[in-house]
Amino acid sequence: MTQFLSLLLNGVSLGALYALIALGFVIIFKASEVVSFTHGSLLLLGAYTIARASDSIGFFPAVLVGLAVTALAAVLVERLIINRLRGAAVISLAIVTIGVDIIILTEMIRRIGSDILNVPHPWGGGSFRLGDVGISQNRLVAIAVAAVLIGLFFAAFKYSNWGIAMRASAEDGETAALMGIKQGQVSALAWVVAGILAAVAALFLVGSPTPGVTPAAYAVGLRAFPAAILGGLDSTGGALVGGLLIGIAEALAAGYQDQLLFLGRGFSAVVPFIVMIAVLMFRPSGLFGTKELTRV
Amino acid sequence: MLSIDSLHVTYGGAVQAVRGVSMEVPDGKVVAVLGSNGAGKSTLLRTISGTLRLHRGKVDAGSVRLGDLDLVGRDPGQIVRAGVVQVPEGRRIFGRLTVEENLRAGGMGNKDKAAKAKAQERVFEMFPVLKERSSQRGGLLSGGEQQMLAIGRALMASPKLLLLDEPSLGLAPRIIGQIGEVIAEINRQGTSVLLVEQNATMALGVADLAYVLDVGEVSLSGDARELAQTDEVQRLYLGHDGEQAPLRTSAVSGKKLSRWTA
Repeated sequence: MTQFLSLLLNGVSLGALYALIALGFVIIFKASEVVSFTHGSLLLLGAYTIARASDSIGFFPAVLVGLAVTALAAVLVERLIINRLRGAAVISLAIVTIGVDIIILTEMIRRIGSDILNVPHPWGGGSFRLGDVGISQNRLVAIAVAAVLIGLFFAAFKYSNWGIAMRASAEDGETAALMGIKQGQVSALAWVVAGILAAVAALFLVGSPTPGVTPAAYAVGLRAFPAAILGGLDSTGGALVGGLLIGIAEALAAGYQDQLLFLGRGFSAVVPFIVMIAVLMFRPSGLFGTKELTRV
Repeated sequence: MLSIDSLHVTYGGAVQAVRGVSMEVPDGKVVAVLGSNGAGKSTLLRTISGTLRLHRGKVDAGSVRLGDLDLVGRDPGQIVRAGVVQVPEGRRIFGRLTVEENLRAGGMGNKDKAAKAKAQERVFEMFPVLKERSSQRGGLLSGGEQQMLAIGRALMASPKLLLLDEPSLGLAPRIIGQIGEVIAEINRQGTSVLLVEQNATMALGVADLAYVLDVGEVSLSGDARELAQTDEVQRLYLGHDGEQAPLRTSAVSGKKLSRWTA
């Protein structure tokens, strides 16, 4: 039982981080009508920047620099490429983002090489125990920070002018334009927010129990895609639920891998995708997605 | 206030939707534009509002001016801030947003907070039902209420010139009458109106001046009341001439065929 609770807690933490990434994925889809595959490499860029910068300027300033660099990279992708291709088919845009992703990823791999960069988290690599239920301190802080950010995000999405402009523009872009809502601005801001959320997730994903920044962090970013898709590509609530679901499923599969040995080692890494496929078989538009996504 | 001079618009570089249209909307007046499907009415409004590009349309020649300001080539946001706001055809309210959020979206182009508060007060005064339902999703309103919301949303930007694209479309006759009264009231409060309609009875009842568009060209224009008396308008738009009925039916069925193939 305690093992189960530990795994559940770790799963929630991982899931909260997936949810951060998936939220960015969803708002980019809503605002720019792009399925963006740049998230894995943006995540790596964020982690790399934080790790490198913290050597010279200390941890907290480095985090700020990392968030800024990732947000800047995201908004550059939007301004220089996506915005200029507005009106292109969704599938072409998705493939363009895969191209961008490969370019950033390749550069990251070249820079990191076979090193393992360390991010000196001030909360250290220790773990927190409550009775027999344990979680790394890093993942515990992650839950708190993610909860605050997700709360802020949903509040902004519901109440702020940006949120209303975003939702109006996602529902009917031309009419939103007739109201004086600038789609370009809404879209650029969505990429900035997505970049920041991805960098925050990166900050925790490269801490304990993960060894540090390696190109493997890219694969972690990829596992957030199923979270967004099974929640319903255009649903922010779905991204949250999907993230948690996938985080918990992955943590449970990793924790019980001795019992699941007949499926082979490292099975937990593919669990997010299996969960996604299982959900999509019964609900093709995801748990909370709009049934018809094609615009007329 | 708004003057359009020999405007030519094409879609995709080939289809001429508007050919040499000239039109004036004088300050403080209601101007109606009548015409059947495909006459170029919506193209005209898209040109004024700057959304032509979203439909791959292009102004080939001519000008659209608001006072001294040339509107051609400006983006929709700039045109809203200049005081020209459109109520699009088919209402196009944001169905997943609440009534209040729809109104807030309408005020996005309006940076002046005091003006926005005043506009909201005016909207609730004119359409009390919107206040009652302010926390409901727009999609749950009836057709007439949605049209009220669409008009109220546009008024949130405090327009000097309001463009209405077929506000009577799909509404019951009684509601159409109310829409007519609302337009007259908005105009009394100092907003000029350009009203595009297929419902000529309502449009000519509320308008000061009227233009008839036919396949992209102005075929008739003048004082709305005088125009309502002319034979062409009586026959084509008010349906007062019984003799023309068979001819109209065949014209309609011909159109239907071409639409199926299109």
